[in-house]
Formats: sequence, C-alpha cells, structure tokens
Amino acid sequence: MLAFNFFGATEGGLFDINATLPLMAIQVVALTYILNSLFFKPVGNVVEKREKFVSNNIIEAKNKLSEVKKLEADLLTQLQSARTEAQRIVSEAENESDKLYKEALELANNEANASKEKARLEIESQTSAARDQLSKQADDLSELIVNRLILEK
Amino acid sequence: MFFNSLLTNFAALEVGQHLYWQIGNIRLHGQVFLTSWILLGALLVFISLGTKKMDNDPKGLQNLLEFLWDYIRDLARTQIGEKVYRDWMPFIGTLFLFVFVSNWGGALIPWRLIKLPSGELGAPTADINTTIALALLVSLSYFYAGLSNKGWRYFEYYVHPTPIMLPFKILEDFTKPLSLSFRLFGNILADELVVGVLVFLVPLILPIPVMFLGLFTSAIQALIFATLAAYYIGEAVEEHH
Repeated sequence: MLAFNFFGATEGGLFDINATLPLMAIQVVALTYILNSLFFKPVGNVVEKREKFVSNNIIEAKNKLSEVKKLEADLLTQLQSARTEAQRIVSEAENESDKLYKEALELANNEANASKEKARLEIESQTSAARDQLSKQADDLSELIVNRLILEK
Repeated sequence: MFFNSLLTNFAALEVGQHLYWQIGNIRLHGQVFLTSWILLGALLVFISLGTKKMDNDPKGLQNLLEFLWDYIRDLARTQIGEKVYRDWMPFIGTLFLFVFVSNWGGALIPWRLIKLPSGELGAPTADINTTIALALLVSLSYFYAGLSNKGWRYFEYYVHPTPIMLPFKILEDFTKPLSLSFRLFGNILADELVVGVLVFLVPLILPIPVMFLGLFTSAIQALIFATLAAYYIGEAVEEHH
C-alpha cells in the first residue's frame, strides 16, 4: 500500500476526465506500433507467404493437369492411328493368306484333276484292252463251239 | 436495518471513485493504468510466445494467432476496402485487441480481491477517459485517412450527394466519437455494476448467467468498436463517382 501513498484526495465521479485521457491515447498508439512489429507484420508475412505458396501450387497443379490432358489426348490419337494401322495390316495379311490359300487350292485341284484324268484314261484303255481280249476270247470260244458242233455231226 | 445495510452494500461498490496518482500537477486514474498494464502485458507475453517460433505448418499458439490475424484482416478488408486496408489493419486490430482484452480481463479476473486505498480495479474500458481516448484516436484516424488518400477532395464527402448534407455531416464528426465512447463505456460499466450488485445481493449462482451475458456483451462491444472504426475509415477513403 506504500506504493500508492502518492494518491490524492478522492473526488471526481464517473465522468471525471483528466490526464488519463491523453496518456491512454499515447499508450494505445504505442501499443499499435508494438503490436504491428510483434504481431501483425510477422504473422502477416507467414500467412501471406503460405497463401502465395498455396496459390502457386494450385496454379502449377492446374498447368500440370492441362499438360496431362493434352498428353492424354495426344496418346489417344496415337492409339487410334495405331489401331487403324493394325487393322489395315491384319486385313492385308488376311487377304494375302486368302489369296495364297486359293492359289494352293487351285493348284491342288488341278493336280488332282490331272491325276484323276490320267487314271481315268488308264482305266479306259485297260477296260478297252480287256474288252478286246474278252471279245477275242469269245470269238475263239464261239469258233471252238461251232467247230465241235460241226464235227459231231 | 436491512435497508441500511443495503445502502452500505451499494456504497461498497464505490461507483465513480478513483485511485488518484499525482505527477507534477497532472492527475491520473491509477487503477485504469494498473489494470491496462497487467492486461496488455499478458497480451504481449501471449503474442510473443505465439510468434516466437513461427513455422509454415502452424502449431499450437501460432494457429490461434493466425486465426486472430485472419479475423482482423477480414474485418478491415470488408469495411475499409481492398485498396488501403493494409495500412489500417494494425490500428483496427489494436483497437479490437485492446478493447477485447480490457473487457474480458475486467470481467474474468476477480480484481475485487485486490484492495486499493481508493477506488477498485476493473476493466480499463469502464473508465470514460479510456473510451474517449480510443474514440478520439478513431476520429483522428479517419480524418488522416481521408486527407492522406484524397487530399482536399476529402471534403467533397461533406457535400455528397447534395450540399444539404453539410450540417449533418459536420454534426456526424461530433456524434461519431461521442457514440463510440459512450457506447463502450456504458456497456462495460453497466455490466460491471450489474454483476457487482448481484454479487452483493445474491452471492451464489444467480450472478453466473449475468456474468456469461457480460462476457458476451464484452466480446460484442470489442467487435462493434473495431468494426465502426474501420467503417468510418472506409467511409473517409471511399471514392465517390
């Protein structure tokens, strides 16, 4: 209580305006400067740095995304052309094999026909030879029969 | 008998009594400075602790301080506008923090337990000197903001949109600090008195809801003071077309 020995007589009331007012104003102005250097500036720097960092990252991510989309579209067209190319090659190969098959088939058919024809000719010649021989034998036999009949009479 | 004790109890509230400090021939309200130094000291310690090790990934106190900073920035930006809010953000923030810390400190800390030779400790904002000082600072600020941003064209504001507005706008320059200071002073003093009277009459339980209401009012008053200050500055720097 000794510290407050310099207080004066009590007076005043609620609306007692005195030097407290300007001193309080000075105190608040000083506080503004102190808080500015202690609080508003440092915290603001950190927050704004982070906001910048985040917005930069967002922009970068957006750029990358658009790049990825571009590449994707690029790849898609490449894939498309590769597919049509593949289809073309496949159909070409199919045609080729079809042609080869047909050729081979025709060749085989021809060969078969030729051998068939040859066989047929051979069979025919043999048949006719056999027939000649048979008719000759029949002649001989008939002659023999006739001779015997005549002789018996 | 009862009535008599009630009167003495009311007298124990010591409304309008101050702890006078005499320095030379100027007189000060010592209790206002004592509480404001304690509360502002606590605020500065709190802020120094929170800003000591700041990181890009905020932890602990830094989170709270960044939230506070963001809150004050939003307040300043919405009222003052994108262009000059940066210059005024520390002032608006200081007003908010000062009023808020004073109001809550006055309401939360049981100052009454500390006996003074005269007067009693309480919220610094319950003293008319403090609130008038704050209000006059706001007045100076918006004049300065207007003049520094627009030069003499600031006074176009007084005849905007028609010269008929001139007397009202001049009157406003007086009513603005008056309403700012008396609103804050009245609310905080009334809250302290209501709580004080209730504590004397019914010391248990009943004062608690009123104390919570007081905390709510205190926070709202800080917000109102800061918002109005920012609005006045914003009004002064606004460009009319």
